[in-house]
Amino acid sequence: MPLRIIKADLIESELIKAIGSITFEPDPDILPTLLRCQKEETSELAKDVLNCLVENVHCAKEDSIPLCQDTGTLVVFIQLGSNVHIEGASLNKIVNMALEKAYEKYYLRASQVIDPLYKRINTANNTPAIIHLRLTEGDQIRILIGQKGGGAENMSRLKMFPPSASEDDIVAYVLETVQLAGSKACPPLVVGIGIGGNFESCALLAKEALFQPLQHPNPHPEYNMLEQRILKVINESGIGPQGMGGHTTALAVHILTAPCHIASLPVAVNLQCHAHRHTEITI
Amino acid sequence: MRIISLQLPLTENSIANLSQGDKLLISGEVLTARDAAHQKMIQILDEGKSLPFDLTSTTLFYCGPSPKPLGKICGAIGPTTSYRMDVWTPQLLELGLKVMIGKGERSIEVVDAIRKHKAMYLVAVGGAAAYLARHIVSCETFLWPEMGTEAIHKLIFCNFPVYVAIV
Ligand code: SF4
Repeated sequence: MPLRIIKADLIESELIKAIGSITFEPDPDILPTLLRCQKEETSELAKDVLNCLVENVHCAKEDSIPLCQDTGTLVVFIQLGSNVHIEGASLNKIVNMALEKAYEKYYLRASQVIDPLYKRINTANNTPAIIHLRLTEGDQIRILIGQKGGGAENMSRLKMFPPSASEDDIVAYVLETVQLAGSKACPPLVVGIGIGGNFESCALLAKEALFQPLQHPNPHPEYNMLEQRILKVINESGIGPQGMGGHTTALAVHILTAPCHIASLPVAVNLQCHAHRHTEITI
Repeated sequence: MRIISLQLPLTENSIANLSQGDKLLISGEVLTARDAAHQKMIQILDEGKSLPFDLTSTTLFYCGPSPKPLGKICGAIGPTTSYRMDVWTPQLLELGLKVMIGKGERSIEVVDAIRKHKAMYLVAVGGAAAYLARHIVSCETFLWPEMGTEAIHKLIFCNFPVYVAIV
């Protein structure tokens, strides 16, 4: 197969468009899911909060105002076909250029600091993005793009379980994570869970789990059942939308798994708020 | 659920009539402050100086707005998670701060200090920043513009919806 040349400018402009679209519109399943939950809620306060979230989806689109003032850290997963040659700039540079331009174009918030501990000075253009690159076959580039807010990200956790841990232990750990988060992570949540891999790849699985469509069922029957079980348990916790009580604490649970070491059973829980902003592009 | 319209700043008397779970539609002036602005305020106070505004009549909103698009009143405006401000809050309550708006739970120390000083903690809906922005009639940077979104911004609310969380 001959090399396919893709110009840096094309990737950059597609990325800018994608960032714009997720700033003002969440995952397309969010609105119908919020509406269904609002109908099913019995608590007056929870209904009121859900109504506000539904209104917010409409307002963001109509007014071209971001869904949330925290326009997040830009997270991208890039699957790069091995027959692609990118001309003009490195992928890292392209993503960060697109990020910088999009943040100016759409008036998004600069939310990154240069140094985590000593020099917490704002980079002023929301760079750098967090970029995960994977090489695949073919002559296309597939890019998953998400804006990840700090509130829900701060409440995420990882635990290295021993292989003797049971399904119950994992369910309890996820529930505990959601309970510790309380209303700080802006429920209703989307819960991304990574099971397996090692310390760093497990966290990555949990993150990548959040890039699936909201109502995407797990193709593995056992994990699909586990997702449903965890969703039910979370929604029985009574936390409710914004911690106001009720049974809409999570909208969906997604699990991704990977093989792991004979001594390990890592579990990572990455929380995502209802401002669930992600999309994908293929070039 | 009681729904009550109120004009800011709130007094101890008006706070005394409110209960947890009440929905308030508040109008008037608020100042935003998140992590960096809190650090700066505490630094000023620790140096024995006074703040460039009257804390006792201030409604503090934990918020870092997104930039104001051309021709608009404001960008996206909503609460940030309050617990990060817990370390500094008792000192501010001691100095007369009465009303804070944010999202999420507070520490036991903060809850105690709120009750001791007859103050109040309100929550706004997190992640509803486009909806909440429709309840803002003015947004200007007030202090420390070099901090960007973390500066203190002066906002004017018009029927801005919040819920009483701690009183
Ligand atoms: S957790 Fe999500 S909805 Fe809440 S403030 Fe952060 S980005 Fe916005």
